[in-house]
Amino acid sequence: MNALLQVRAVTRRYRMPRSSILRRGPVLTAIENVSFTLERGRTLGIVGESGSGKSTLARLIMAFEAPDEGEVLFDGKNLHALSSAELRLLRRRFQMVFQDPWGSLDPRHTVSWSIAEPLRATGAGEIGRRVDEALSQVGLRPQDGSKYPHEFSGGQRQRIAIARAIVTRPALLVADEAVSALDVSVQAQILNLLMDLQEDLGLAMVFISHDLPVVACLADDVLVMRAGQAIEAGPTAALISAPRAQYTRALLAAGGLMP
Amino acid sequence: MTRLLTPNLVLGAALVVLVVGMAALSLVWTPHEYAQMNMRDRFAPPSDIHLLGTDQLGRDIASQLMVAARNSMTVALIAVLMGGSIGVALGLLASAIGGWVEDLIMRIADIGFAFPALLFAIMLSAVFGPSLWVAVLAIAFINIPVFARVTRGAANVIWTRDYVAAARAAGRGKFAISRDHILPNVAAPVIVQATIEFAIAILAEAALSYLGLGAQPPSPSWGRMLSEAQTLMFMAPQLAIYPGLCIMAAVLGFSLLGDALRDLTDPRLTRSRQA
Repeated sequence: MNALLQVRAVTRRYRMPRSSILRRGPVLTAIENVSFTLERGRTLGIVGESGSGKSTLARLIMAFEAPDEGEVLFDGKNLHALSSAELRLLRRRFQMVFQDPWGSLDPRHTVSWSIAEPLRATGAGEIGRRVDEALSQVGLRPQDGSKYPHEFSGGQRQRIAIARAIVTRPALLVADEAVSALDVSVQAQILNLLMDLQEDLGLAMVFISHDLPVVACLADDVLVMRAGQAIEAGPTAALISAPRAQYTRALLAAGGLMP
Repeated sequence: MTRLLTPNLVLGAALVVLVVGMAALSLVWTPHEYAQMNMRDRFAPPSDIHLLGTDQLGRDIASQLMVAARNSMTVALIAVLMGGSIGVALGLLASAIGGWVEDLIMRIADIGFAFPALLFAIMLSAVFGPSLWVAVLAIAFINIPVFARVTRGAANVIWTRDYVAAARAAGRGKFAISRDHILPNVAAPVIVQATIEFAIAILAEAALSYLGLGAQPPSPSWGRMLSEAQTLMFMAPQLAIYPGLCIMAAVLGFSLLGDALRDLTDPRLTRSRQA
């Protein structure tokens, strides 16, 4: 059986805006030759400072954009080689939770509408019942569905975003800085919710954060990124107790987790 | 909340209500039949019978102004709706597809910007003969690039939002995202632009009718009333002043309302207002 997600030597470059009409803009390499494998039901934490390429990696995994080199295999299928119709159908199996709970919900639609969106797009049945079920799974009431996003707090909005991500029963959840915009007390609630959901639904998760202690509390494996490159990877416990790279030690020290 | 009621908003809304009220009232009632001539009662001064007097053919001026307001509003409404819907659709399309398609649409819009409305209307009437519909088409045409540009600019901002990324992750296509997410969220700037374009359309209709390319006799129009009054300027200046004031009230009203709405929906100005 295939691994759920295989990222093979992906490189992504961006061309910066030209500064002169005669010269093309400089090229920025956001990710260079990054590889990892994620098995079903496991959690991979990706840590690194801002600008290290974590979010670009998330965008590649979500097939929002294509890598310049390398490939992303989901359940053995190369995401960037699928037809757009095949990709759209496959999307229900990998979903994402975004960093900013204020920007990830359309202010013009009700909560139920937003949660139902992935179901509607793939023509699923029993939309109402599944939306109510997703709301209760994230600790909200079915009647909250008829409200608009601005009526909720940041933590509640992140619960709504998680409900939208799990309503299609995905196999993989990509969480890009999913708790870093929240208060510390709310962060703990959302982390607990993610761990509970992972257990109940058998989700695999790519959990991206700049905060190594947060990653350490729910990841099975950790990948440390810096300046677009994977500089260290391994099981969480081993990585924390015996970091090899100087940079990992610095991240541990910054998080108050000295080995 | 009282800070929201700026002088622009109050004056603009009052003038718009006045002009639209005139137009709406003319649908059910005018003081006199607007085209009824009375050669014995030419150039009558304002009186109980003729509120603003009569013109060189003895027609009631107040009734003509009211029906002209209705014509003017109708032309502006149809032209802005036509030009606006095509322009918004093109702007959404350009933003959704991006790349060379976006560049092509926007360069065509630039060419449209370069077309003077009056010249375009003269060209159309040379082909189809002068009529109110030619005026409508010409004004609609010049509105297309304006709305395309406003919509595309606002839409490009919305496409970078996380909720659009979430919709893509949900497997929705560009067309569905444009309809369900982009359009509702660009509605505010588009409505503001429509209000301002409405003022410009009223002015353009008056100018075209003044040149004889808009409303044809006997259908009254502020612009044509103005041109007919021109030869009588020294004998009966009021014949030019009344339609002139109406044009000013309508254009000023919609412009001020549009400006006020823009100020209300501009987040940068909202912040400075709270500070």
